[in-house]
Amino acid sequence: MLKKGAHIVLECLREQGVDRVFGYPGNAILSIYDALYDYKDSVRHVLMTHEQHAAHAADGYARATGKTGVVLSTSGPGATNLLTGLSSSYMDSTPVVAITSNVTKNCIGKDSFQEVDIFGISMPVTKHNFMVKDVHSLADTIRSAFAIASSGRPGPVLVDILSDVADNECEYTPVVPLKPIRPLSADDIDFAAAASLINESSRPMIFAGGGIIASGAGQELRELAEKICAPVALSLMGIGCFSRNSEKYAGMLGMYGTGTAAACTQDCDLLIAIGTRFSDRSVPLPESFATDAKILHIDIDPAEINKNVPSSISLIGDAGRVLTELLPLIADKQENPLLRHLQKKAVPFWESTGGMRPSRLLETLGRVAGPNQIYTTEVGQNQIWAARNLPVSGPRKFITSGGLGSMGFGLGAAIGACIGTGKPVINIAGDASFYMNLAELSTAVTYRLPIVEVILNNRSLGLVRQIQKTACNGRYSEVDFDRPTDFCALAKAFGAKEWKIEKEADAEAVFLEALALGGPCVIECTIDPDEPV
Amino acid sequence: MERKYILSVLVQNNAGVLCRISGLFGRRGYNITSLTVGETTDSRYSRMTIELFGSEYILEQIKKQLAKLVEVEKITEVDQTAIFRELMLVKVWASKGSRAGIIELCNVFHASIADLSTTTATIEMTDLPSKNNALLDLLSEYGIIEVARTGIAALQRGEEYLSLD
Repeated sequence: MLKKGAHIVLECLREQGVDRVFGYPGNAILSIYDALYDYKDSVRHVLMTHEQHAAHAADGYARATGKTGVVLSTSGPGATNLLTGLSSSYMDSTPVVAITSNVTKNCIGKDSFQEVDIFGISMPVTKHNFMVKDVHSLADTIRSAFAIASSGRPGPVLVDILSDVADNECEYTPVVPLKPIRPLSADDIDFAAAASLINESSRPMIFAGGGIIASGAGQELRELAEKICAPVALSLMGIGCFSRNSEKYAGMLGMYGTGTAAACTQDCDLLIAIGTRFSDRSVPLPESFATDAKILHIDIDPAEINKNVPSSISLIGDAGRVLTELLPLIADKQENPLLRHLQKKAVPFWESTGGMRPSRLLETLGRVAGPNQIYTTEVGQNQIWAARNLPVSGPRKFITSGGLGSMGFGLGAAIGACIGTGKPVINIAGDASFYMNLAELSTAVTYRLPIVEVILNNRSLGLVRQIQKTACNGRYSEVDFDRPTDFCALAKAFGAKEWKIEKEADAEAVFLEALALGGPCVIECTIDPDEPV
Repeated sequence: MERKYILSVLVQNNAGVLCRISGLFGRRGYNITSLTVGETTDSRYSRMTIELFGSEYILEQIKKQLAKLVEVEKITEVDQTAIFRELMLVKVWASKGSRAGIIELCNVFHASIADLSTTTATIEMTDLPSKNNALLDLLSEYGIIEVARTGIAALQRGEEYLSLD
């Protein structure tokens, strides 16, 4: 059947089971948006206020659902605006396909209006990218893009389509896409060696990351921890893959992690790392990390083995598949001296300033919201408080920009997660992060999304200010956001409900009301700028 | 411990593949001494020969990061017994008096003279980079005007070859 390129794009999205896309139109992408008009019932578009947040929304959608998120944008500035979103997705290995339109073939390379070499620019921050210059390769390119984004270690893929390609016609035949590949390269010798290592250890511990969530391997992780009686520490990206309520939960490992997790790594004789890349946040000083222990590194990406931390043995493959093969080879352990570290009472990190304590507020919020709540966060102190204090009960319920740490990620991601799951989402934000994305409140209102934006307002760029306190002797350079902005009036102006909490005792009632609302709202909490994470 | 390594990489012959690979090296901070690329007998694929300097850790990382690229089909490390060649063109000042000396050097090194003018000579040599360097050193007394060198091309000896399976 003869079809125009623009329609082929939409048909290919339907082939992939895509029913929601996030985006922002423009001149170069006109034909695709015109085609979108004919697909209103099958591919529904969410109009954001900025392409960056459209990319974050596609990313949040992917993280919350496990499906590939899709973002559309026009050429030039529309495409460059995607870069922060694509980089966030790249750093956290999430499946996103970005479709951009470029100028016509005749205009390429001549500094034309809204022309930018997005193919070249996005190369370093995508898993792969394509530039389509001929309509005959369009369908297969889009199919490849989806396959690459979702198989192996997921990642963002960009497809740049020249605008005359969208207007040209060619034959189109639908193709049913193959299931994403869950690879396994480790062989029997590797598994035998790994099993020996585990069976010979007396103080093993587990360090689990985002790879467990990407693989859906929470059950296998639980079984392993039970079998070898091991404490489990999580990376930021792993939060939700292991139950906080388990007596084996050691907390988050790393720069802002728990003392318990750190003590376990110092004391263990075997560290089993699964689906984590030992980032410099988890392991700031690789030379002094777990020096008395052997490391078994299980990851889907061979390039991560021995990149940051040297391992004794590695198993390359999808986490769930590896653990399924490994579990039968491992002997039960009845005890583990490391578990005594988990019995010690958690010591509070710092004295509070005397103002409202974010830890208490978030604990209350978590209690009121219940175990199935989905959270997104911005970046900085808000993110650390959220990681430490929210009772995240399962995978894909804690969505945060870990690798890139992009402020402004949270609200767009919340929109994506909400659209994807149909469930209410709470975004934990700081005031500085909120300034980066506040216009998306209008999107939440327009699409009637049950999103609660909790702004921990300390009128400053909190985490940078906290670091300046010690590293720069309190020379607070350019971290002052003490502006006369009335966040509640702002929320109201966008059409959202608003509350302001100034006393911890008032929090519970406000949270109850906000969550019962079933619509977008803003809760501003006044926090002292000196309140540290 | 750092040393020179040479990789032969078979890549899909797509627009932008050279940019993608050199971009990878740039952003990961790898030290590339030279890079040559040319089509193979199968026009769908090109062969890149990459000369790098670093530790074994760097070599392992480079191989693994290259393998992640969709357009990279096969990577091998070229071992020391392989055949290595680099093409060098050197233009030197050559008057009637000094011409004989230059020709003598060319004979010793099995180099040839690609161009001769009343004042200059351009020498062409294809050999190991170390041999090319040696000739360059000896030619310097004549006054080198300019030098153009390619990167390394390398093939394993005997039956061994870079295949797709």
